[in-house]
Amino acid sequence: MKELIMIIIGSALVNNVVLSQFLGLCPFLGVSKKTNTAAGMGAAVIFVITVASALCSLIYSKLLVPLDMGYLQTIVFILVIACLVQFVELILKKYSRPLYSALGVYLPLITTNCAVLGVALINVTEDYGLVKSTINGFGTAAGFTIAIIIMAGIRERIEYNDVTKSFQGSPIVLITAGLMAMAFFGFAGL
Amino acid sequence: MLNMMQDSFLPDMLRVAAAFSFQGVMVATAIVAGVGLFIGLFLGFAAKTFAVQQDEREVKVRELLPGANCGGCGYPGCDGLAAAIAKGEAPANACPVANKEAHAQIAEVMGTSVEESEKMVAFVKCVGTCDKTEVKYEYYGVQDCNKAAVAPGKGNKKCSYGCMGYGSCVRVCAFDAIHIVDGIAVVDKEKCTGCSSCTAQCPNKLIEMVPDRAKTLVGCSSLDKGKDVKAACSAGCIGCKLCVKACEFDAIHVDNNLAYIDYSKCTNCGKCVAVCPVKVIQVKAIS
Repeated sequence: MKELIMIIIGSALVNNVVLSQFLGLCPFLGVSKKTNTAAGMGAAVIFVITVASALCSLIYSKLLVPLDMGYLQTIVFILVIACLVQFVELILKKYSRPLYSALGVYLPLITTNCAVLGVALINVTEDYGLVKSTINGFGTAAGFTIAIIIMAGIRERIEYNDVTKSFQGSPIVLITAGLMAMAFFGFAGL
Repeated sequence: MLNMMQDSFLPDMLRVAAAFSFQGVMVATAIVAGVGLFIGLFLGFAAKTFAVQQDEREVKVRELLPGANCGGCGYPGCDGLAAAIAKGEAPANACPVANKEAHAQIAEVMGTSVEESEKMVAFVKCVGTCDKTEVKYEYYGVQDCNKAAVAPGKGNKKCSYGCMGYGSCVRVCAFDAIHIVDGIAVVDKEKCTGCSSCTAQCPNKLIEMVPDRAKTLVGCSSLDKGKDVKAACSAGCIGCKLCVKACEFDAIHVDNNLAYIDYSKCTNCGKCVAVCPVKVIQVKAIS
């Protein structure tokens, strides 16, 4: 139990997927203009990464390892994640219309979020089992959500500032991300 | 360095070459192909099983809408409006941005006819440019009208009713149709689609939707008495009622020290423009 909690804290804060591993930067910059949409994206990411880590871990240990085909992990994981996102979208559309419209366009966007694949591959390198993989996936996604919501909050305030013309738009956002990454570096002491 | 790399690199290559076997290739291909095939079948099956009946009119209407997601119709984006039109909750011409042809096409999809509505454009009821009004103090706060409006005296201009010029309306416009020119917001009539998202942004409620054909407009919103208006801005309406007397069509009235034009009666004859002593009524060819 203690180990699982350590994994969650480690993946969410210490090794934050965006701010210290630099995975999933595209949605981090693209969908962080408003806190609401950022929270929507975060929720969708938590959902997909948790399920994808569990599934990828299963496939790796039950299909690839027995056949001695570990090196196929990347291509198989990509296939599985793409399929999973599509399937989740179908299910949500049918059974949970409100959740489907709340997640909206972010759900398909996650297919191309490298954080999802990143977590699956980290689970393999770290030799996590099914439970630990799922927990690690959840923690990583929670870290992504924390980072993107903080970022959206900061960006909403940046809107009101008189930013020098050459720094408007992406440059100031990247500088902000850099400062946030330095702040998150403080968690390394945990 | 190079030596070291070769040392570690070459044996690796040899090992790979030794491990290369026809069987390995076949297994790998089979796994990826199998997974792909399984996923394809699975998704195809799932799409059939979990198919949701979608109103095909909704899809067609959505294609005809402009897709700007400006929210001018009051629905959450174009998808929201398409759903509402398909359900009959919104009229076929509910989109303020789409042109007449699109409205007609949407009506055709829905099997109804459309009553053509007049094209409306946004108009900023203030002409107090930098040379006409003065500033009371230097404002270094947040460059946003809604923030500046809570500063003493509603912004730093002498007139507390006028355009502050910090461009909240500019930022909200999805069509690049409104700009700050010489300290006040000016609408580019050609680009304005009449979505009216800027009207809600202005803390002084300066932006009004007027018919596109209306050429004679009152460029002031000050409710102050004539003397106070004069002191604050040389272009403000002083409520002298000369325009009311000049109008032959009963189209202009003064209420609360400010002239209002009834666009349904106004013929753009220009008589009021000629008599206005402060030139606040203007023949606007906004663009």
